Amino acid sequence: MTDQLRDSAAGGDVRLTGIGKTYGAFTAVHPLDLTVPQGSFFALLGASGCGKTTTLRMIAGLEEPTSGTVVIGGQDVTALPPYRRPVNTVFQSYALFPHLDIFENVAFGLRRRGRKDVKKQVEDMLELVELGQFARRKPHQLSGGQQQRVAVARALINHPQVLLLDEPLGALDLKLRRQMQLELKRIQTEVGITFVHVTHDQEEAMTMADTIAVMNGGRVEQLGAPADLYENPASTFVANFLGQSNLITAQVTGAEGTDLLLSAGGVRLAVPKARCATGAKEIYLGVRPEKITIAHASAEVAGNRNRLGGTVVDSSFIGVSTQYVVRTDAGQEVAVFEQNMERDARIVPGAPVVLHWNPAHSFGMDAAQAIDAGTGEAAA
Amino acid sequence: MSRIFTWIRSHLVVLAGVLALAYLVLPNLVVLAFSFNKPQGKFNYEWSEFSTDAWTNPCGVADMCQSLSLSLQVAVLATIGATVLGTMVAFALARYRFRGRGATSAMIFLPMAMPEVVMAASLGTLFLNMRIPFGFVTILIAHIMFCLSFVVTAVKARVMSMDPRLEQAAQDLYATPVQTFLRVTLPLAAPGIAAGALLSFALSFDDFIITQFNSGPTTVTFPMFVWGASQRGIPVQVNVIGTAMFIAAVALTVGGQWLGNRRKAVA
Repeated sequence: MTDQLRDSAAGGDVRLTGIGKTYGAFTAVHPLDLTVPQGSFFALLGASGCGKTTTLRMIAGLEEPTSGTVVIGGQDVTALPPYRRPVNTVFQSYALFPHLDIFENVAFGLRRRGRKDVKKQVEDMLELVELGQFARRKPHQLSGGQQQRVAVARALINHPQVLLLDEPLGALDLKLRRQMQLELKRIQTEVGITFVHVTHDQEEAMTMADTIAVMNGGRVEQLGAPADLYENPASTFVANFLGQSNLITAQVTGAEGTDLLLSAGGVRLAVPKARCATGAKEIYLGVRPEKITIAHASAEVAGNRNRLGGTVVDSSFIGVSTQYVVRTDAGQEVAVFEQNMERDARIVPGAPVVLHWNPAHSFGMDAAQAIDAGTGEAAA
Repeated sequence: MSRIFTWIRSHLVVLAGVLALAYLVLPNLVVLAFSFNKPQGKFNYEWSEFSTDAWTNPCGVADMCQSLSLSLQVAVLATIGATVLGTMVAFALARYRFRGRGATSAMIFLPMAMPEVVMAASLGTLFLNMRIPFGFVTILIAHIMFCLSFVVTAVKARVMSMDPRLEQAAQDLYATPVQTFLRVTLPLAAPGIAAGALLSFALSFDDFIITQFNSGPTTVTFPMFVWGASQRGIPVQVNVIGTAMFIAAVALTVGGQWLGNRRKAVA
């Protein structure tokens, strides 16, 4: 079964060239170029209304692009209707046919292409998703997680070159979602088909995908491997949307070796030149909350570290770690996640502290953009 | 004392249900009882003696079975015509935006809202002016017209509540537009279409006013026959037909429910 699937997956590149979509005066997707290599697990990540689902639907053929072309496995499919494209979709809320039983739902695609011997294939597929004994049930008699697996089976049985997933886990509870993420990842590795996955859940995208395209306002903000996006965000939107970031406004004052020297309200900081793509004079210095060490103001700190003084405003204990909010001497709030290993009992709200981190863990970006983009508090 | 109140309170809904049912069914039971009567004189209003004469010889009354057959023919054809046309209208109204859509939507309701006698008279005038001879065809046209509203209403409600993603999923799974319609859209709309068809049949079979204004001298439907007969005394056979129709309708409804429940339980 899986060998068969693997053979059919040959040449499953998806190439989008200048593809865009407008509805009257509203631009849902600005013309974009995107290449999804064959066999990869690709995620389109963004908040609702960012154009990620529209992009997916243009690949499926359910939405007609206003401009550009869609090429799948070397074949230009832009003008083809959905039923003639070598792709299958797992829909949000699954869209299982309520009048057909599970067996017939899964057999639907095979039957439409005139296959006669569907029984064996459908049974094998139902075994793969561990739903063999439910073949004669109707969709509404299954739980959300089971329905989700039927939706995946119904799509995969057709050996598509590309499997499109439109927020397939959105309707599941947290625990089941984590389980299905691993399950989907396992199936993808097993069958080797190109997966294009649309989600608004950054953790889900990072867990599953090889490559993530972060979308915002109908544009791709940044494209890369999860770790790369996390460590080197190219914009404040990516920095805030993918995990949490502390962004500190600073002026570039000079350079020293491989570092840029900065001044933030009189405090001297450093950032590696390689992690600061902009040539601007005013920049945001970014640092992830878990990279910062928090210490009592009286503690010794090595001289080569970035250092900020401040006062603890809030602390919340969440088991594996404690999350602090610290107001720096310059008046900015900084989040710090500290592993619960050797806690200093003096670090309580109101206590004077010093925050320090390795300069190599900082990144810099042009300050000529909204500092709160992608936080959910920003207007758009 | 308080126990009696508790009992009443917990059984009030059942009691109300039984009373309502009795109110609805009692007339039918009287019709059933009098279908076994052997009346003295012309009128079948007083019980005299038990007899199965009417049941063993249902067509024993002159012209009655011809009128019944005519009514059934009209009802079947009107149902087919109204269901096909009405389903198409319903899909057009539910799925597409076009010029005149609002007007069509409003006009569809008109036959349900307008007094039947007004519609009957205007239709009659129309046929007369167009020099279309009254007869089977005029009855059929009139019946399809007023059944259409009910089919459109029933099917439209169903189509509006359908998830458009189901059809997209079908297309995504290699179904051509025609296959999508036959394999997904139509089965999903079927309950609405069936409801519309059943309503059409019942309405057409039993219509008197519109038929009276638009029928010819030789086209006497069953309701018209009963009306005519009532002047001279309704034959017992009319009770037989009435009872048979009632039983058929009940069997159809109960059968449908049972089938639905069984499908749910098995599936």
